[in-house]
Amino acid sequence: MIKSLSTEDTLENAGLTEEEQLLFSNARPKPYEPYPIKAVEDFANWARANSLWILAFGTGCGAIELRPLMTARFDANRFGVAGRPTPRQSSVFVIGGYASVKTLKRIIRSYEQMQGPKFVIALGICPVNGGMYFDSYNTINQFDQYIPVDLYITGCMPRPEVLVAGIMELQKMIKQGRCDGANRYIENFDWYKANQKKVIKKWDMPDYNW
Amino acid sequence: MFEKLQRDFGVTGITELKPGMTTLKVNKDSAERLIRQLRDRHGYTHLNFIACIDYIEDGIFTLVYMLHNYDTKHTLSVHADISRDNAEMESIHNLWAQAWTYQRELREMYGIRFPGSPRLDEDFCLEGWDQIPPMRREFDTKKFSEERFGHREGRSSEEPREHMKVNLYPNRGGDEQ
Repeated sequence: MIKSLSTEDTLENAGLTEEEQLLFSNARPKPYEPYPIKAVEDFANWARANSLWILAFGTGCGAIELRPLMTARFDANRFGVAGRPTPRQSSVFVIGGYASVKTLKRIIRSYEQMQGPKFVIALGICPVNGGMYFDSYNTINQFDQYIPVDLYITGCMPRPEVLVAGIMELQKMIKQGRCDGANRYIENFDWYKANQKKVIKKWDMPDYNW
Repeated sequence: MFEKLQRDFGVTGITELKPGMTTLKVNKDSAERLIRQLRDRHGYTHLNFIACIDYIEDGIFTLVYMLHNYDTKHTLSVHADISRDNAEMESIHNLWAQAWTYQRELREMYGIRFPGSPRLDEDFCLEGWDQIPPMRREFDTKKFSEERFGHREGRSSEEPREHMKVNLYPNRGGDEQ
């Protein structure tokens, strides 16, 4: 059982029962600190950019675009992209289009379980402003209120070619060290958490899913 | 068959929508007996779906039970009206086990109660829903979406003629044609 010893800087985990609270860590996440030598950090970024492993979690209609991306015609393995079945092994989260509130809860859970450094690509128009679901009772309108987004690819639906272009753009951004979405999430953790709890009324998971 | 149903269950409004598809209306109280009879005696062994239509002007929900007969390739939709204020209907999960999933969904989306249906009050799609059921027509989904999920302004554009009148020629506001 891992429990933080200091009492101040811990999470409440108020959504869990007392019994469950013993099972989950209540420590706050810490931002990623780059290597002190810039050349080493650049080398690490180069390596990260060329092994983007996508979490195989289809969160909306856009997930259908990931299948042709992986197969022979578009062959994303050229860019070092591979699909991984678990968040623990993956570094890129592709939000495939709309996210309902029920899915958003699973997205948050998976995103927090991913090991850093991690990147988020938002696919389609729905994560930007709701798209055709702008007045839906169950679909969120602005995805970056809940999870920081590194790269948007708009369209409804974007073709796999655009997704390939987006992956190349993401690689360029990672090599330049501009993808700081995971750090933004941790630095503004309370703001993101408040937004998430505003829409997810049934919060029965820890505040940060280690 | 339909004459017998008219006699036994007071079925009204028998209309053939297209070849192989007929709709009929039945009273709420005899709907369950009618559906059981159709399944056991007349070969309508398949339940396609249960749906609900909200006639807010008349104050009723219309439940639609779509049944299918594999032998005659005939589809029958049974309509039953229930009151909107006291929305309650007899459960048919004893006839088809999958019916309780539909009933659970109707409970969540319209607030119709089906006494005896298993797991009826568990969350189905909407976890922790705290408003009136969202598919009822008095629920203002756009207003709710803007309050709960926010609204992002799109790009704005100006109509060129009006824009130039106001910004470039303020003293000559629209008097020349």
